[in-house]
Amino acid sequence: MFKYFPHTKADIDAMLESLNISSIDELFKDVPESVIFNSDYDVPSYLSESELRTHFAELSKKNQELTLFSGLGLYDHYQPAVIDALTSREEFMTSYTPYQPEISQGTLQYIFEYQSMIQTLTGLEVSNASMYDGATATAEACFMACAVTRRNKVLLSSTLNPNTINVIKTYLKYKELEWDFIAEKNGVVDIEDLKNKLNKDIAGVIVQKPNIYGIIENYEGFSEISKANKSLFIVNADISTLGVLKSPKEDGADIACGDCQSLGMPVAFGGPTLGYLATQKEYVRKMPGRICGYTHDLEGKRAFVLTLQAREQHIRRSKANSNICSNQSLMALFATIYLSIMGKNGLKQVNNLSYQGAHYLYDKLVATGKFFDPFQKPFLKEFTLKTSIAKETLQTALLEKGIFGGVGLDVFGECYEGLINFSVTEKRTKAEIDNLVKIVEGLS
Amino acid sequence: MINYNKMIFELSNPGRIGYSLPKERFPEYNIMQIETQYLRKDELLLPEVSELDVLRHFTNISNKNFGVENGFYPLGSCTMKYNPKINEEMAGLKAFRNLHPLQPAYTTQGALEVYYNLQQYLSEISGLHEFSLNPYAGAHGELVGLMVIKAYHEDRGDFKRKKIIIPDSAHGTNPASTTVCGMEAVEIVSNERGRVDLESLKAVLSDEIAGMMLTNPNTLGIFENDICEITKLVHEAGGLMYYDGANLNALLGKVRPGDMGFDVMHINLHKTFSTPHGGGGPGSGPVGVTEELTKYLPNPKIKKHENYYYVENSKDALGQISSYFGNYLVALRAYAYIRTLGKENLRLVGPYATLNANYISNALKTAYDLPISGYCMHEVVFNGLINKDTEVKTLDIAKRLLDFGMHAPTIYFPLLFPQSIMIEPTETESKETIDDFINVMHKIAIEAKEQPEILKQAPTTTPIRRTDEVFAAKMMIFSYKDYLEYINNRG
Repeated sequence: MFKYFPHTKADIDAMLESLNISSIDELFKDVPESVIFNSDYDVPSYLSESELRTHFAELSKKNQELTLFSGLGLYDHYQPAVIDALTSREEFMTSYTPYQPEISQGTLQYIFEYQSMIQTLTGLEVSNASMYDGATATAEACFMACAVTRRNKVLLSSTLNPNTINVIKTYLKYKELEWDFIAEKNGVVDIEDLKNKLNKDIAGVIVQKPNIYGIIENYEGFSEISKANKSLFIVNADISTLGVLKSPKEDGADIACGDCQSLGMPVAFGGPTLGYLATQKEYVRKMPGRICGYTHDLEGKRAFVLTLQAREQHIRRSKANSNICSNQSLMALFATIYLSIMGKNGLKQVNNLSYQGAHYLYDKLVATGKFFDPFQKPFLKEFTLKTSIAKETLQTALLEKGIFGGVGLDVFGECYEGLINFSVTEKRTKAEIDNLVKIVEGLS
Repeated sequence: MINYNKMIFELSNPGRIGYSLPKERFPEYNIMQIETQYLRKDELLLPEVSELDVLRHFTNISNKNFGVENGFYPLGSCTMKYNPKINEEMAGLKAFRNLHPLQPAYTTQGALEVYYNLQQYLSEISGLHEFSLNPYAGAHGELVGLMVIKAYHEDRGDFKRKKIIIPDSAHGTNPASTTVCGMEAVEIVSNERGRVDLESLKAVLSDEIAGMMLTNPNTLGIFENDICEITKLVHEAGGLMYYDGANLNALLGKVRPGDMGFDVMHINLHKTFSTPHGGGGPGSGPVGVTEELTKYLPNPKIKKHENYYYVENSKDALGQISSYFGNYLVALRAYAYIRTLGKENLRLVGPYATLNANYISNALKTAYDLPISGYCMHEVVFNGLINKDTEVKTLDIAKRLLDFGMHAPTIYFPLLFPQSIMIEPTETESKETIDDFINVMHKIAIEAKEQPEILKQAPTTTPIRRTDEVFAAKMMIFSYKDYLEYINNRG
């Protein structure tokens, strides 16, 4: 017997008898003999629960838990205890896509609340129920722009996160769509280059704020120029920063997208996180993913349901807007609980505390004389510097003291050579920041 | 008592807080120092509630949900097996949760080892050469697998292979993924035995065929017994075979997709390998390939040299389809599951799942219309009641099951039958639970004849009754802001 299989010998015998067979093998008679797998898998023998715990304790020792001054899309923000307590409830965790609304109002209601929160943060009219991550959400936004405009090329800001660029390129390449880059000028996307590259083939223009350097870009004029060309303007933004920064709607965006990891999710070695996607209602029928809508039941009771499903793969098959089926629902619950806890004031404070710590560290680093800022642009919680210290020396010295920071952007490619990222969230204390500064002061 | 089921926004009270943040440490700085042109002016419509308000609200709405621990969840094609608690405990370990994916490999050896070994176990279980765990979900895995197929043909300079053969019984994601991958889905009809019709297959084979996507057992829960002939025909035509791993649970311990001639496949870790479905995700859709196709797997890849694990980006790869290592903590749960079962128990999964499904099939076929005779695999599909003289439809049967404290099976899929009911019990259900389900299904069949109005009204014991879906689609109320406008306009 094994703990996940309730079959006793007597159960099996009774079931076989009802089927008039003598062994389970007989049920596999449709399988050609030549493909039956008759040996054991070459995987280890089973572990008891306590042995598994010991095994993971050993694996854990091979990981170094570090004080994170790293960002670049994944941030070490505070996670309220309430989130784990609630997201681990089996009613949320072990259910599936809410196909039966009568017994899925928990899931449907939090999705509606999630959509509402994304709506207010982005300022756009409709959010879907979630995408896999920020990069794939942005790739889907590119598809949407092509579908809406019936054009086949997008313009990507050179200041997008390189992971986002890479994922978009893969998606576009295989769908046989095209892209070009808008040049960067002094750390921000160059509006003059955008003007030069817009033409009747351009479906959408994609920019990011804060951008890969942490810089808060100014999009004045971008939306008007894009719209004059009948192209959609797409803003990728770290959702948490929209608690204080201009909303994509205020930037004139037609689509907003990005990652929600900063809303109460651990960095988790990169996943799971959650992508968001929001747009105006005029484009909703071209939107990918599930959408939850408000309605009532036959007694007039408030109810929520999945709606506009005729856009989706299970109905439209090869003509669907997207192939997305399972998304990141439970992570949308993380975000919803986080934003419920933080509310509008908490989210502002998180941004302010992160801003304060980041600017304090920035000033201290520049004051050492070993770092300088090549861009001199406004930033929020992460920033990019150049340094006279060899990047290996810097990173190794910090790692020796249990700090991961000063990440060389060249992990993304040679074009970023010499650029160093630091990120500070509200979790970083003055002692931690001062310690980091002290370490780099001793380096040359 | 306050109604905590209200929307969280309706529980808001200005000034109330639920967070706990550190004191300001650097008051000489302030975010308002950012020029106002960069700052938002629009007011945020976020709730202001206490911590306990949040707990009561989400606990209350969770009570309106139905999970695997509430009761039997025979949702076909979704493999709603028990999600072990120990896996959650392991996924909660700080030593994994707090790792930044850009950390140097020597600081993340434990995490990389889990990734590497899981992909090895999946390769062994699948009979394939190597897996990437980067795809985020089943449909994402399909897309990535199709990208591998396209990359393979284009690498050989063969640019005309743009068609993917897909049986009409396939999951909707198959044709949808094909379109997203810039290829064309060619649908072929099933034969009267519910399987791929070899003549229809032969008729569409040509030098424009990139490959074929197949679920086996198929969505009718039956094994494609001509599988060797199918893979041979497609390979002879120069195409590759894609295995949709949605139904892999049936085969665990019995058959390996690679041994059937499949070249590329995805696995839904949230189905076969017990990770929680999370109300619709996060899932995980690792993609496996033959040795010849290994170089096309997406970046980043995790490799091993002697006893050291490292991250590699290769030029031959099809590209990047995720920022980092996919839904890593989901994969970690699957790793814990495989280590818990071990080789001794993994081989029992498919047989027990299949025994449970056949027991149901046999017990219900006297009342429900079984369109394909013979043994099923891990799931069984009925075409509504045998008695077609009642007004009762599959939808009514599904809704009535909810009144008996069970989740409904998958309904109206596959599309081959007008009244499909797809039942998948999984291996983690006991004979008692299944007997209970069988009794309820027979009771419903009797009700259909004697008191059909009960079924038409069902469910009546659930948190809400049947919903007005036309209203939702027509009114397009997608947010609290929309809701407030709707209420104001209604007066």
